[in-house]
Amino acid sequence: MKTSAAPHNLLFQQLADILPQDAILTAKEDLHPYECDGLTAYRHLPLAVVLPTTTEQVQLIVKTCSRLKIPVVARGAGTGLSGGALPHEGGIVLSLARFKQIMEIDTVNLHARVQPGVRNLAISQAVDHLGLFYAPDPSSQIACSIGGNVAENSGGVHCLKYGLTVHNILEIKVVTIDGELLIIGNDRLDTPGYDLLALMTGSEGMLGIVVEVLVKLTVKPETVQVLMADFAMVNDAGDAVAAIISKGIIPAGLEMMDNPALRAAEDFIHAGYPIDANAILLCELDGTEDEVSEQVARVSAILKEYRAGTIHIAKTAAERARLWAGRKAAFPAVGRISPDYYCMDGTIPRKHLAHVLQKINDFSQTYALGVANVFHAGDGNLHPLILYDANRPGELEKAERFGADILALCVKVGGSITGEHGVGHEKLDSMCVQFGEAELEVFHAVKRAFDPDELLNPGKAVPTLHRCAELGAMHVHHGQLSHPELPRF
Amino acid sequence: MIADNDITSTLQEKVVAAIADQQPLNIMGGGSKAFYGNTTTGIPVQVAPHTGIIAYEPSELCITARAGTRLQDIEALLAANGQMLAFEPPCFSPDSTIGGVVASGLAGPARPWSGSVRDHVLGVKLITGYGKVASFGGQVMKNVAGYDISRLITGSMGTLGLILEVSLKVMPRPATELTLTLDLPSQEAFELVTTMRNSTLPLSATCYFDGCLYLRLSGVASHVVASHRKIGGEPLNNPDQFWEALRNQTHEFFQQYDRPLWRLSFPSSANVISRLEGNSLIEWGGSQRWVYTNIPVNLIRNIAHKGEGHATVYRGSLPGVNPFHPLQPNMLSVQQRLKQAMDPHSIFNIGRMYKDW
Ligand SMILES: Cc1cc2nc3c(=O)[nH]c(=O)nc-3n(C[C@@H](O)[C@H](O)[C@H](O)COP(=O)(O)OP(=O)(O)OC[C@H]3O[C@@H](n4cnc5c(N)ncnc54)[C@H](O)[C@@H]3O)c2cc1C
Ligand SMILES: Cc1cc2nc3c(=O)[nH]c(=O)nc-3n(C[C@H](O)[C@H](O)[C@H](O)COP(=O)(O)OP(=O)(O)OC[C@H]3O[C@@H](n4cnc5c(N)ncnc54)[C@H](O)[C@@H]3O)c2cc1C
Repeated sequence: MKTSAAPHNLLFQQLADILPQDAILTAKEDLHPYECDGLTAYRHLPLAVVLPTTTEQVQLIVKTCSRLKIPVVARGAGTGLSGGALPHEGGIVLSLARFKQIMEIDTVNLHARVQPGVRNLAISQAVDHLGLFYAPDPSSQIACSIGGNVAENSGGVHCLKYGLTVHNILEIKVVTIDGELLIIGNDRLDTPGYDLLALMTGSEGMLGIVVEVLVKLTVKPETVQVLMADFAMVNDAGDAVAAIISKGIIPAGLEMMDNPALRAAEDFIHAGYPIDANAILLCELDGTEDEVSEQVARVSAILKEYRAGTIHIAKTAAERARLWAGRKAAFPAVGRISPDYYCMDGTIPRKHLAHVLQKINDFSQTYALGVANVFHAGDGNLHPLILYDANRPGELEKAERFGADILALCVKVGGSITGEHGVGHEKLDSMCVQFGEAELEVFHAVKRAFDPDELLNPGKAVPTLHRCAELGAMHVHHGQLSHPELPRF
Repeated sequence: MIADNDITSTLQEKVVAAIADQQPLNIMGGGSKAFYGNTTTGIPVQVAPHTGIIAYEPSELCITARAGTRLQDIEALLAANGQMLAFEPPCFSPDSTIGGVVASGLAGPARPWSGSVRDHVLGVKLITGYGKVASFGGQVMKNVAGYDISRLITGSMGTLGLILEVSLKVMPRPATELTLTLDLPSQEAFELVTTMRNSTLPLSATCYFDGCLYLRLSGVASHVVASHRKIGGEPLNNPDQFWEALRNQTHEFFQQYDRPLWRLSFPSSANVISRLEGNSLIEWGGSQRWVYTNIPVNLIRNIAHKGEGHATVYRGSLPGVNPFHPLQPNMLSVQQRLKQAMDPHSIFNIGRMYKDW
């Protein structure tokens, strides 16, 4: 998008009419903290960052940008891992960071009304004393915002049993590109018309700005137990996961880490992981006392059947928390053993776990880059962390190609290129692997219905048909991309 | 046996021809829900012959079937593997199809506890309004690539595309079920159910009818038994028969045809509404209320509004009344734009949900 100097001045003037001075950042040094999200390989400076505090301000800002045709990129906490909140050079970043209020907690209807900048964990903390919690728990939950969670349809270790963000929100208020406030959903069990709540969830800031969220609260289970099992064979761990689920047990969480990942986590957190194991499974079971003890017995038997070494049952709440802390800190832990790492997010049908792991190891040999694997095993969501050093020329590109190969493999076995981190800027090319023209046409049609001038987070999440056509042609001619680092529009 | 019969190319030809001729279509599953919603005048397209199970492995917790596959056949297959569709879709006729289940988006007694139809939809394959075959979502539990078209399609009454295949999340059947009955005045029944929601009791369905509260408990035996002790009440004989009659609306309450049947949807905390007591049946912990009434449309929709709810004419036609609750003007225009974007040639079930589009 071309933007000339004049509209900027106009933009700055009009923003100044809407917002106090401290809510508009335009100086370079003030803009730098916003130049990227959790995927730091891509950086752009926006024209300005705005930090509104009210819905009316958001409406006016969006109206202004809509009139001047200035792109708007919403931003929560900036922990996204796909470049979703990467600024547009000709546009503004609309930060929801000052929307920090928990507006209402309703213990009869079991919901909480919160502003989008509220941190995920803050909701559970606010209702903890009521015996309630907000179920989706991304590992980034101390930092990430609920608005960002809605935009990414975030998941966490407890989503196997309790569902993703889409299953745990009831209503959102959204500012559309014309500055209108749209109320989507309600606190009932259905809404007349199309299910826009589902459509908005995971739409990566492309269809509207979320300014309020009504989240579902869940009653805390009476009892929780966490089991840790170690395995000499990664395949056995994978098969054990499938076996637990096919026996009709839905654990609250079922996670797997391979040796490099568990070693890194152990070094960092001292969670008590067996560092010689080739894989560990963490399995959380919750419910009533009787229910849990019955399930612990059944799961233990299955784990043994699949050749688990030791099965360790956490004895105290503190120990449980420690076992999970190791898992939740796996990304930063890997960050300590490698100068850089590239986090992937593919999903696969569980039955292909062993095969996919083997292939990832083969790729690792081919590219001569290490990899540590962390999985939401219960729902087939892989997080291979590719280890590389950005200071070595060509390594980032190699890591990206390795990553793209993993995602293509996920698609090939019937999975998806992203389970929870979103497409953002990062996976535009991989979208062309998962989808063809027929699907992209529908995605673009949906975008047009909400944002005909493509001002909301333009260029993200859905590649143009042209880009995919070009990529397809290159794939056919060369088998491999010559300059995968170049943006292709 | 479920016949393996792929008629994608025939269906696609019909859609492509409809686009060329600007001739709207009326997508038909089993035709069992024709009573629900508006009528549409397009050329009938039969999806029912498009049958077969594409993939089902119990350990993946997912089944993929062609849209014409009968709901009844799918449920039998799942039951044989100790699994189920946890949202308990109503099966009004043996001919009900899984495509119709997803298109109508209606769920049964377990809805508040197990989730809605769309909560269980993992993927769909469609013929789009552009006449092309397109796949959205997939067979995996988590998938955020592209907009969530599969869940958007759910409940859209066939107005956004022709469903060819659906992938649904399936769940293990509960080990034990027990249904308790308590004779209670409506106010007390409401209060009891409200306190239960905020507990870990294994509630999986409720019904209040004719002065009696029915509570279904599902879970491991020990929990169910302990909960019975806590709640009291009389165990019901033949509970499966009762819930099935409710789910499929063969229950005596649903056999009245002299007045329109309204379905009201409320927040769970909405209290007893005396105007709506009379000839009513209440499900979903108070969130779904069925009422036979001749109260004028405006009045009933006002009552619904006051309780922060909405009202649908479920059965029986009222001249000039849209069965579905009217949309706010700005919501209406967004939905119309979406319909226009996904069905640019206006060929799918025109007017089936809202008049004219
Ligand atoms: C008295 C009565 C009450 C009923 N109440 C309910 C209820 O509350 N909830 C409920 O779910 N069902 C209800 N049904 C129907 C239900 O029993 C079935 O469970 C089943 O869902 C209906 O499927 P069908 O194939 O017959 O749908 P149909 O009646 O054929 O279709 C329903 C809608 O879905 C569309 N559709 C069907 N197939 C496709 C497709 N492949 N692609 C796109 N659109 C499609 C149709 O155009 C139509 O708009 C009721 C039936 C009766 C007789
Ligand atoms: C260490 C680490 C661990 C992580 N673990 C997980 C995990 O377990 N599960 C998981 O799902 N994710 C995980 N993530 C990814 C990330 O935390 C989530 O995607 C999170 O939801 C992003 O929230 P945010 O507030 O940081 O959003 P941002 O990064 O600021 O934005 C993300 C996207 O949402 C849009 N957006 C933000 N706010 C709004 C709004 N109010 N309205 C409209 N659009 C908006 C942005 O435009 C952008 O496209 C992890 C990230 C890190 C760094």
